Parts: sequence; structure tokens; C-alpha cells
Amino acid sequence: MIPVEFYLVVSTLLFFIGVFGFIARKNLVGVLMSIELILNAVNINFVAFNRYLFPGQLEGYIYSLFVIVVAAAETAVAIAIIMNIYRRKGNETVNSIKELKN
Amino acid sequence: MDYSQFLLMTPEVTLALALIVLLVADLVMGNDKSKQYFQTLALVVFGIHTIYNFIQGEISGQQEAFSGMYLTSNIHVFVKNMLNVGTLLVLIFSIEWNKKENSNHIAEFYLLMMSTLFGMYLMVSSGDFLLFYLGLETASIPMATLVALNKKRNESAEAAAKYILTAGFSSAVMLFGISLIYGSCGGSLYFCDVVKSFAATPVQIMAMIFFMAGVAFKISLVPFHLWTADTYQGAPTSVTAYLSVMSKGAAAFAFMIVMWKAFTVSNVAETVWHNILWWIIVITITVGNIFAIRQKNLKRFLAFSSISQAGYVMLGLMSGTSMGMGSMVYYLLVYLFTNLAAFGVISNIEDKCGKVGMDDYDGLYETNPKMAVVMMLAMFSLGGIPPFAGFFSKFFIFASAAQAGEYLLVFIALANTIISLFYYLLVVKAMFINKSNNPIAPFKSDNASLVGLTICTIAMLVLGLISPVYEQLLAWSFGVN
Repeated sequence: MIPVEFYLVVSTLLFFIGVFGFIARKNLVGVLMSIELILNAVNINFVAFNRYLFPGQLEGYIYSLFVIVVAAAETAVAIAIIMNIYRRKGNETVNSIKELKN
Repeated sequence: MDYSQFLLMTPEVTLALALIVLLVADLVMGNDKSKQYFQTLALVVFGIHTIYNFIQGEISGQQEAFSGMYLTSNIHVFVKNMLNVGTLLVLIFSIEWNKKENSNHIAEFYLLMMSTLFGMYLMVSSGDFLLFYLGLETASIPMATLVALNKKRNESAEAAAKYILTAGFSSAVMLFGISLIYGSCGGSLYFCDVVKSFAATPVQIMAMIFFMAGVAFKISLVPFHLWTADTYQGAPTSVTAYLSVMSKGAAAFAFMIVMWKAFTVSNVAETVWHNILWWIIVITITVGNIFAIRQKNLKRFLAFSSISQAGYVMLGLMSGTSMGMGSMVYYLLVYLFTNLAAFGVISNIEDKCGKVGMDDYDGLYETNPKMAVVMMLAMFSLGGIPPFAGFFSKFFIFASAAQAGEYLLVFIALANTIISLFYYLLVVKAMFINKSNNPIAPFKSDNASLVGLTICTIAMLVLGLISPVYEQLLAWSFGVN
């Protein structure tokens, strides 16, 4: 059986790819996708921990289900907002949202 | 299942009922003619909810429902009542704005406002990381739509994009922390189980820091405050008021509960998060103050002021005693009325002539003396000048931290209070001393916001002087153990 550490390596890599993408991506949809990557890392963590460390219970699985559902809701709202920006500005890059300044 | 547990959840149940009633009412009032009564109906329904929860009896001690998932006590209920009152005030201030600028989305405004409030309730009385996370998300996703409510303005969309992306990122980081807590603390996410197996191993410390980072975004503590100014400036003013007071207050209280219940083994001074929070408080107060000085837009100005106020609020966590909790809730209560008074004035003036710059307030005293006086009282109270409530709340929270031996921290906070007085008085100077060629024309504000402003003003003047309020809070609150 694959040891649990392997899953943790994958999830940590995914987490940092997500963090990097959140900072570096210029496209707002890309930023949103980076957040999804972090959430996937979280789900891998929960499921792996539950399967390997606490096989008798379901808390980790249920938590990851909740994460998926909430992430879907959040993405829906974020996409709606990004589409609004796209309609108003004609593009959806980070550079298009820098009006608010002192 | 024991259905009587729902009786403990009175605030949540009545709020959910109010939400359902308004949702159905919105569906039934299809045509434009009956739509004009929606606002009245919503205010009445929410008012009934507020009053009903206010007159509920006391709870004996700390109680839990659903096997520890949901915690409640008198102080929890008080925080919820406080949020109710604050939301009601925000709704009162926004009546005029709703009629003028938001007439197509009045129902959405009320429903989203109340669903964020529901999320804050869950966050405040969570006893498990799952409920905490759900409450946090329920509070922040509808909030993003509220920020974006003004579809026709670019700033609103921009502010909403910044808010939802940082909120999503922060909650994802927080979740990563929670998943590590799950793995390293024995496979249970109840606070009472986590604290038993929390031994400050490296992985647990990392998990805790990730968790703190996620919540610090919500309270806008300093390394995580970058969204605050832009979102506050771009959002509709009533939503900004809601964000700066309710969202922040609920998150701060919930943060305290989690840190004390889940990550504190014996006393606060020996915990890992003590030193982290010490530095975060110092940086938050200082950076918030320094950036507030050079702001020219009043909403942006209040955003930075609220960042530094969040730093002061966090002082309540440092002692770990019931005095810390009591003075923190008292601070939040005073901050609620004070900040809402300031935002009430700003939204009134913005509704009438669309001005939010600090230069536009030059000579306000000449044209609108009452507004200027309310704003002055709010600034004095935020700055902590003695006869007003803001002084007493600062005094108590400093006293609670000093009691725990945090003398250096209290000294830094005190020094920062003096800096903050400078920029609060800049607003007062603009209104009373500066002359303007083009002052804001005299106007009559609507009756509803006059009522709201009067309530806030009375609270600012009186809350500090009526000692039973603080004593009652102190009697209700509890410490780490």
C-alpha cells in the first residue's frame, strides 16, 4: 500500500502551486482556479488522513464533501462577479481592477 | 435525536424563520406595486426577531447542543443580540439608499444581509471546526454579493472581486490548516477534543498558523489586511458599515472562542499563539494608524481606522481571563455604535450629494451642524477621549491586558492611541475649522436615519457612564479554563 506521506507530498505541492498561482496569475479566472487547487489539496489531506490514520470514522470524508459544496457556491459567486467585470471592462485580468486608489 | 436541542438555538431558528418569511414575501409580491411595502415588511420582521431574542431569559452556564457542535451561553447570546441591533441600525441607515439607488434589488439586499448574519451566528457559537468553517463561508459568500450589489458602478464590481478572491484564498488556507489539525490531533475536530491532543508539535503549530491566517483575513489583521481599504471604498456605504462592524466583530469573538477552547492547554501566556498574536497586534495597530493618516477618502480612512481598532480588539485575547472576554465584547459593543454613527453620517451625506472626500467635509459645521457634531462625537469616541464610551472600552481592554502582565504591549497600544487621535482630529478640524468655498449644502435627512443617529449618539454618550453594562458582561463571560 502507498504510505500516507506520498499523499501529503502531493497535497503540499498542490497547495503551494495554488498559492503561487493566486499570486502570479494575471487572469481572474486563473486566480479562481488557483484557489480551487488549494481546496483540492485540502480534500486530498482530509481523505488521506481519514483513510490511513482513522479508518473507523467518517469525519474527514464528510468534511471534504462540505468543502466541495462550499467551493462550488463560492466559485459560482466569484464567476458572476468576474463576468460583471468582463462586461464592464472588456477583459478580466488583474490589471483591469485597479481603479480604487486614494 | 433530541429535538429540544433546537430550543437552545433560538436566535438561529427565529432568524431562519424571518428569512423564509421574507423569501416567500418576495416571491408573492411579484409586481412593482406591492414591492414598495417589502422594505417595511422586512424591517418589521427583523425588528420582531431582534426584540424577541432580546427578551429571552438567561441561560444557566455554558450549554452545548448536538454533542458539542453548537455552544451557547449568555455571552454568546449577548454577542448575537449585539449583531442584531447593529444590523437593524445598518438597515435603518440604508432605507434612503435602497429607495434611491437600489430600488430593483431591495429584497436581495435584505435577504443577503440576513443570511450573512446567520453565518455569523453559526461562527460565534461553533464548537467544532466544521461548523466554524460553514459559518465563516455563510458569512462571507453572500457578503461578496452585497459588495457587488451596485452593478452599475465599476468600483463595486472591483471591490467585490477583491473581496471574494481574498476571502476564498484565506478560507482555503484556513482549511489546509484545519486538515492538518485533523490529521495531527487525533481525528476529531471538536474544540474540546483538539485541545486534549494539542501538544505544539511542528505540524500542529503550522496548522494553527494557517488557521490563524485564515481568520485574520476576516478580521483584517495586518499582514492580511490588503483587501480592506479597496473593498471598503468600493462597496455601497451601508455594506461597508456592515463589513466593518458586524463581520469584524463576529469574527473577532469567534476567533477568541477558537483560540481559547482549541489551542490553549493551560494558560494563554504559555501558548504558542501568544507570541504570534503579540507581534500581529503591534503591527496591526501601528500600520493601521500610519496608513490612516494619509487617507483622503473617508471610507478608506475608516477602513484603516478599523484595521487599527481590530488590533485593539485582539488585546482581549491576550489575558485569557473572563475580564479579557468581557472587555472585548464591551469594546465591540462600543465600537459598533461609534462606527455606525460615523458611517450613518457618511452615508447620509453621500446619499444627498455624493461626496465622500475629506476635503468635501470642510465647513460642514457651518451648513449642517448636527451632522458635524455627531461625526465629532464618533471621532472622539473612536480616538478614546474620556467622557465618551470609546475611552472606557479602551481603558477596560488595556486593563485586562495589563492584568495579564502585558505591560510593553499596552504601552505600545497607548502610544498608538495618541497617533490615532491625530488623524481622528483631522476630520474634526476639517468640519469645524477649515473654510470652504464650496461646502456641502444644508440638507434635511430622512426620519429613519435621524432615529438611527440618535440611538448611536445616545449609546456613545451613555454606554461608558452606565457601569451595569460592563459589570453584566463581566459576570457573563468566562476565561480559558
